[in-house]
Amino acid sequence: MTESVPAPPAVGPTSTSSRGTRVLGAVCLVGLAVTGLYAFVVTGPDVRLGNSVRIMYVHVPTVTAAYCLMIANAGFSIYTLWKKSTFADLAAHACAEVGVVMLGLTLVVGAIWGRMTWGAFWVWDARLTTTALLFLMYVGYLAVRGLPAPPRVRATRSAIVGIAAACLIPVVHKSVEWWASLHQNETVLGKVNPNIEGNQYFTLMLSMVVFALVAVWLTIHRFRVLWLTEQLDEVGVDAAIDERRAEHTGVEVGR
Amino acid sequence: MIAAITTNSWWLIILAWVITGVVLAWYAVATIRRGRRLSRQVPPESRRWL
Amino acid sequence: MVHDALIIAGKDLRLEARSRVALNQVLPFVLAVVLLFGFALDADTALLRRATSGLFWVTVLFSAVIVVQRSFAIERQDGVTDALRLSSLSPGGIFLGKVVSLFCQLIVVEVVLGLCVVVFYDVTLSGGALLAVVSIVATVGIAAAGSLYGPLAAGLRNRDTLLPLLLLPVLAPILLGASRAFETALGRGVGGGWQWAAMLGIFAAVYLALGVAVWGTLLEET
Repeated sequence: MTESVPAPPAVGPTSTSSRGTRVLGAVCLVGLAVTGLYAFVVTGPDVRLGNSVRIMYVHVPTVTAAYCLMIANAGFSIYTLWKKSTFADLAAHACAEVGVVMLGLTLVVGAIWGRMTWGAFWVWDARLTTTALLFLMYVGYLAVRGLPAPPRVRATRSAIVGIAAACLIPVVHKSVEWWASLHQNETVLGKVNPNIEGNQYFTLMLSMVVFALVAVWLTIHRFRVLWLTEQLDEVGVDAAIDERRAEHTGVEVGR
Repeated sequence: MIAAITTNSWWLIILAWVITGVVLAWYAVATIRRGRRLSRQVPPESRRWL
Repeated sequence: MVHDALIIAGKDLRLEARSRVALNQVLPFVLAVVLLFGFALDADTALLRRATSGLFWVTVLFSAVIVVQRSFAIERQDGVTDALRLSSLSPGGIFLGKVVSLFCQLIVVEVVLGLCVVVFYDVTLSGGALLAVVSIVATVGIAAAGSLYGPLAAGLRNRDTLLPLLLLPVLAPILLGASRAFETALGRGVGGGWQWAAMLGIFAAVYLALGVAVWGTLLEET
C-alpha cells in the first residue's frame, strides 16, 4: 500500500562526507599518527609517573575535548531557545553525543591510569568524580532527547536540560575539588612534574589539538546524520499527507 | 593472574590507547555508515543543511 | 510574581493537606529506608552513627524524587497545565510556588527523618544552628532543581523513569555539601560546615535563577 521512496538520482551527496571533512579527516589521521609517535617514541618516561605518563596524552585531550563540546552544546542550546533554530538544536545534540563518548573514554582511561599509579581504579579523584557526574548529566540530556515528542517541544526541553547542565559544571567542579582536597586525595595529574616542559609539554598540546579536531570531525558527521534523520521524518510526513490527499481526490473522482 | 601492575606496565598503557582508538573509530564508522544509508533515502536536495 | 507563587503554593499544599499522599506514602517510605540501611549495614550502631549524615541526605534525595513526581503528576491530570498556561499567573511565580510547596513537603520529611535517625541510629544532635541552616538551604536547592526538571520528566508513564536520572546527578553536589556540613555539626567531620552551607546557597541561587528564567518557555512548549 505504501509506496516505497523512489531511488533518488545519482546526483547529490551520497554520504555525510564532503571535501572539507575529508581534508579534516586526513589531517586528524596524520595528527594522531604524529601524536602517537611523540607519545611513545620521542618522549621518555616521566620522572615520577614512569611510562604511565604516556596515558596522559590520551586522557587529558579527551576531557578537554569533552569540555569544549559541552560549552558548544550550551551555546547551541541557548541559540535554540532564542532563535528557535533547527540547526542549533541538532548541533547541540551532536555536540552532546560526541561529548558523552569523550567523557566515557576519560573515565575508563582515567581509571586505568589510576590503577597504574594509585593501585586502585578509583580513589575519588576530583577530576574523575566530576567527569562521572558530568557524564551522567549529559546521558540524562541524551535521554531527554530520546523522548518521543514533536521536534519543537523536544528542542525546547533538551535546550533547557543542556543549559542547566552547563550552568552546573562550575559548581560541581568547585565542590568536588574542594571535597577532594579535604581528603587530600591525589590527582594522578598532580604527580606529573609540574614544570612540564619540552617534549612532554609539546606532545600534550599537540594531542589536545588533534583530539579537538577529531571531535569536530565526529560532530560534523553526527550533525549531518541528524539532519538526514530530520529530513527523513519530514519526507515521511509529507508522503503521508500526499497519500491522504490522493485518497481524498480519488474518492471524489470515483463518485 | 597478572604480574604486578606498576607505572611501567606497558600492556595497560597500550590498552588505554587501544580502547580510545577503537571506540572513536567504531563511532566514526557507525556514523558514516548511517549517513550513507540515510542519504539513500532522502531526496538529494534535502540532504545537506547548506 | 510573589503573589502568584503564594497562590500556587497554597493550592498545592491544600491539595496535599486534603489528600495526605505525602503523609501516607512518603513518610512510611522514609521509615522503611531508615530500617533498610540498618539491615544493610548489619545494625552496626557505630557505623550507622558515623554514616548518619550521608544516609540522611541520600534518603532525602530519594524522597525528593517521589515528592517531585507526585507534585508534577497532579499537574498533568485534568489539563491543569493548560489551565496554568491560560491563567494570567507569571511562569516565574508558578515556578516559585512549586518550589515553596516542595520545600514545605521536604522539610516535613526531613524533620520526621531526623527523628527516625535519632531513634534508630542512636545519634545525639548537636550544632543545631548549622543543622537548621544547612537543611533549609539544601532543601531550597533540591526543591528548585525538582521544580525545574519535574515538568520535563514527571507525570507521564514513559517519562517517569527519567526523573531520577535527570535529578540525582544534579543533586549530587547538594548531597555532598549537606552531608559534610551535617557531619561537622554532629561533631564528626573534617570541618568547614559553614563553607559547605555557603556552597549550598550558591547552588540554590543558580537553580532558582534558572527556573525563573526558563519556566515560561517550559510551560509554553512542553
